[in-house]
Amino acid sequence: MVDTTDASASAQREHLDAYRKRVRVWLADNMPRLEPGVDWNPLRDDDDRASRARELQRRLYDGGFAGICYPPEYAGQGLPIEYQRVFDQESEGYELPMLFSVPTLSICGPTLLEFGTEEQKQRYIPAFIRGDELWVQFMSEPSGGSDMAGALTRATRDGDVFLLNGSKIWSTYAYRSDFALCLARTNWDVPKHRGLTMFIVPIHHPGITVNQIKMVDGTEEFCEEFFDDAVIPAENVIGEVDDGWTVATRLLFHERATVGGASPYTSGRMRGGETARDELVELAKARGKANDPLVRRLIGQAEALSIVHGQLVDRVRAGLETGYFPGPAGSLVRLYAGTAAVDRATIAMEIAGDEALVWDGDADGRYGIGYVKRQASCLGGGSTEMARNIISERLLGMPREYAADRDVAFRDVRRNTKPWKEGSG
Amino acid sequence: MLNPEQSFFQETTRRFLEGQAPLTKVRELAGDPAGFDRGWWRRGAELGWTGFLVPEGHGGGTLSGGGLADLAIVAEEFGRMVSPGPLHPTNVVAAALAASGTPEQQAEVLPGIVSGDVVATWCLDEPGRGWRPSDVQLMARPNGDGFVLAGTKAMVEAAGEADWFLVGARLDGSGDGLVQFLVPRDAPGLTVIPMNGLDLVRRFGQVGFDDVAVASTALVGAGDATADIERQLQIAAVLECAQMAGAADRVLEFTAEYALDRYSFGRQLASYQALKHRFADMKLWLEASHAAVEGAARAIDGAARGPSGSNGTDAAHAARLVSAAKVYVGDRVPELVQDCVQMHGGIGVTWEHDIHLYLRRVTLGRGLYGTPDEHRELLAVAAGL
Repeated sequence: MVDTTDASASAQREHLDAYRKRVRVWLADNMPRLEPGVDWNPLRDDDDRASRARELQRRLYDGGFAGICYPPEYAGQGLPIEYQRVFDQESEGYELPMLFSVPTLSICGPTLLEFGTEEQKQRYIPAFIRGDELWVQFMSEPSGGSDMAGALTRATRDGDVFLLNGSKIWSTYAYRSDFALCLARTNWDVPKHRGLTMFIVPIHHPGITVNQIKMVDGTEEFCEEFFDDAVIPAENVIGEVDDGWTVATRLLFHERATVGGASPYTSGRMRGGETARDELVELAKARGKANDPLVRRLIGQAEALSIVHGQLVDRVRAGLETGYFPGPAGSLVRLYAGTAAVDRATIAMEIAGDEALVWDGDADGRYGIGYVKRQASCLGGGSTEMARNIISERLLGMPREYAADRDVAFRDVRRNTKPWKEGSG
Repeated sequence: MLNPEQSFFQETTRRFLEGQAPLTKVRELAGDPAGFDRGWWRRGAELGWTGFLVPEGHGGGTLSGGGLADLAIVAEEFGRMVSPGPLHPTNVVAAALAASGTPEQQAEVLPGIVSGDVVATWCLDEPGRGWRPSDVQLMARPNGDGFVLAGTKAMVEAAGEADWFLVGARLDGSGDGLVQFLVPRDAPGLTVIPMNGLDLVRRFGQVGFDDVAVASTALVGAGDATADIERQLQIAAVLECAQMAGAADRVLEFTAEYALDRYSFGRQLASYQALKHRFADMKLWLEASHAAVEGAARAIDGAARGPSGSNGTDAAHAARLVSAAKVYVGDRVPELVQDCVQMHGGIGVTWEHDIHLYLRRVTLGRGLYGTPDEHRELLAVAAGL
């Protein structure tokens, strides 16, 4: 973890203003500027996105701006969070390797820092800080996304190795990534939280098949993985065998901190409210609706939601850093982001009018397609229903939901009677 | 997030309001023409309620360097206790005089505002008109060495108690030139008609200006007053949003307690997921409302300090943040309180239960200084439409 108390280290550290100047100059000399609006093309071949991220991450490393809050012994810069925030502010408008930022650096990395053995940390952390290896999470399963501790993927001990069987889903860019943190069941005779183990799994490995999933907008970034007696060495266990839920809980904490904008390990800002506004205004003008009172009201609404979003992120971040908010407060940002994105998608479709429904060869129908994919913003990264459970239970202190699997050996817990993807006909 | 001095001040103000103006007292004051007690107001002023937007030279000063951020703490506490008192109009006039008043005006009025001996209010809105500077119709006719004011102002808070009126007027003959005057209560031709209203203790009146003669020394600010009026509107709107956020904070607090205490079908109300999820939404609206207020107050404080002054890009940025707050808080907080009425069941629509005091306060706040729809339009303009 970051040590902010060591007075001698603090005295030797570069002054924040000097650091800011150095970041500014370095970014201008070394990183490409982001061109607004060029990012959206769901049908584009995205094979080069991961290699682009590797290249940019390497540039940050060479410049001394990768892993700013990671300890120096693992190739980080060992600086307090204020330095990362300065970098975030200064790097707005630059193209950054966000694929490394989330989840590799912000979620998988801190979990390795907390639970990894010295050998594991030396082997894996510098490699991703340098941009060599990209990580994903193997957490959700096709059997159900929200009940993560109900994982059915099994890891069976066989001497010095575990045999992995089952499947995982919703890992982004797994087919272009190198390693995964994988939660698997190692004990079926205890209640669900006590029979899980966290593994480091090499993705391109015998017995592991990665399939891309085509989404309603045509993108194929999400993946599904199948494990068929994949051999995982016992040294790849993170934390203790059967104590994987402890690891997963911290991983989820880091995920919430990331979503809440409070993680010291996220590099670069993740929100894009300002470009979104310009896009809607241009759309309204292009449709000849600049003076339509309804359209003006809709744009005012999108503006308000975008501005308040940024302020909520600031408030939650400050609250998490000072201890005013408990960790689960990250779910506030998650819920806001989901519902605001839903509102925005609806507003954009409304302004686009007929061209969201039918378009000629020069257009892309993005606002109609965006509307069809709308609910993804309330599902990915934990559903808004789970966020509402967390907010009501952990922030407002309301009773936990009844769980039929509490204190029951997992092998006796009732499970889906039909496999996923069946049922709608 | 508050710094330690702000937290201490918040605690002091909360204890004072809970001790000196509990809701039983607020209900008593419902029948009082003034709606507040001036001795009580002076004691509140001693805590600092009226000094945050006043320079130190006139007895004011801030806790955090940002006067509006500090004052918003008071406004939130007022919301929590649906408190009486001319908090908003007096502070808006203080800010206006501190920014643009003559040294004589400042010396005459500011110390009294800071001590709580003087109540001042601001007259902008007019019957049937909106809250934009362009809506001002009250006419200022040059007359010898001074001016004659003719017209009517509406929605003037604490009009019945005010010792001074800051009046927005259109300069006769100059087309669209706006000016502001500081007019004493006893000016001949100035009349106050008390109005009834939703809030039990915040009083509003119409103020008639029947050829009220004022000297040129009554002018506040040189040149066109539009930017000054815009800034006053921003301050007033943020204070209103802060009160609404504070009210929502308290209402959600006691409604969540109620849902934990009440049992039906052998279970706590708060154990039903259908209700928990609504509480989660309300918690989000509340925290986002606090965030919107914090951000807007910071931006106005920043614009006041910034090099570009009140006419620069900082002011435009602040205006956007204020409108975003007025849209979000104005939409969500009244819905939050209405949903909390629903959570209470029948008791929630009785006179006996305190929740209607809050619903009255936030409904007033939603409309004052522009409705959510009016601010959506301002945001559309700011976005380039």
